[in-house]
Amino acid sequence: MGMGVEIRNKLARRAAEEIRNGMVVNLGIGIPSLVPNFLSEDINVMFHAENGITGMGPSPQKGEEDENLCNAGGFPVTLKPGGSYCDSSIAFGMIRRGRVDMTILGSLQVSEKGDLANWIVPGKRVPGMGGAMELAQKAKKVIVVMNHCDKQGNPKIVKQCTFPLTSSACVDMIVTELAVFQVTEHNLVMTEIFPPYNIENIVKNTGCDFKISDNLRYIPY
Amino acid sequence: MNNQFGKITTLERVLEYFHDGMTIMFGGFGGVGSPPTLIEGILKKGIRNLTLIGNDTGFPHIGIGKLVSQERAAKVIASHIGSNPFAGKFMQEGKLEVEFSPQGILMERIRAGGVGIPAILSDIGVDNEIVAKNKPVYTLNGKKYLVEAALTAEVSIVYAKKADEYGNLIYDKSARNTNPLVAMAGDITIAEVGEIVPLGRLNPEEIVTPGVFVDHVIPSKGGDWKWAWE
Repeated sequence: MGMGVEIRNKLARRAAEEIRNGMVVNLGIGIPSLVPNFLSEDINVMFHAENGITGMGPSPQKGEEDENLCNAGGFPVTLKPGGSYCDSSIAFGMIRRGRVDMTILGSLQVSEKGDLANWIVPGKRVPGMGGAMELAQKAKKVIVVMNHCDKQGNPKIVKQCTFPLTSSACVDMIVTELAVFQVTEHNLVMTEIFPPYNIENIVKNTGCDFKISDNLRYIPY
Repeated sequence: MNNQFGKITTLERVLEYFHDGMTIMFGGFGGVGSPPTLIEGILKKGIRNLTLIGNDTGFPHIGIGKLVSQERAAKVIASHIGSNPFAGKFMQEGKLEVEFSPQGILMERIRAGGVGIPAILSDIGVDNEIVAKNKPVYTLNGKKYLVEAALTAEVSIVYAKKADEYGNLIYDKSARNTNPLVAMAGDITIAEVGEIVPLGRLNPEEIVTPGVFVDHVIPSKGGDWKWAWE
């Protein structure tokens, strides 16, 4: 994503604050995969993977990888006590049935209404939707973690997505290196700012209007 | 080892099923759990114009990706082709037709095929013009659903950790992934396995795919590829 390690870690740490005890959580590739590093030890969470794992643990030590134990991105993982394997249809059954509490994923654009566009860059890349549509449409809470602007400096939070949608009105929360937004029924609301950025920076780099929360939090890390 | 059901056989024998223009369904997810020996055999047989059905197109040198990157496929039905740049390239050049299906719905279409159901109703991507294209819409209890057609194939190829003589299968961790579904959806299903054991040696409570669905079992020679993370 062209983002420094420190910033990537900050975003992952902020997203990790949303995870509560007992949740089933699906993590996308990239920054979302860093989220487990920032969970406090008293939180019990089952990480879910689309290929058919519930209860993924941390990456194995180098040399201890098992080629038949990988996450949906194809990278080696481990299994926590209480974890289990299933086939991919069951893994998606968990998602569609509403048993996956949260998904944390990246995006190309998010609209003020929470529309998600993260599967096609028109004219460039058509990788396919993978499991993104089901996760976006059916996970109980959808958190997008992404750069505030694209490489050309264009806002990625926009009035209307110009890229093809993955799913409409599905995003609940957006975390960028500048700020945190909640998508409510009526508005997009900025609730938190990452210092040293200020409201002016964020207005300038956001492609739609938004409300500013009365209890604006300045994130202390 | 006995071979009471005649299911245990060789790569050479099962390769007789494979021919130009056929439809092959494959197990595996990002190459994990794809049958390496069968794929290599199909590649060496030199058949073309294949329709491949499975989760994704693997990596250029991993899993089903080998067949895609060496231009053996005319059509792919998958949820993701992003890890195999050749798939995207051939699609742009018009050499490869790609039908994208949302991942979990693709799995249900395969399962439906495997259990004799002609189609399923789905609300995934019902308002998405790419997903909904050319699919009938059915209204049930006031809600709109896409009619997603079941998928079957002339031959399904899967990888399992162990088979017994009857073709009962157990899998290995996340290498299970799409294999139990794909195993049910082939007119002929061929399982490549790490180990073949006598009848009675697998715990009946732990068998994932009943041998009823498996026509042939061949021993695996293992994968010859290096993973992206290696």
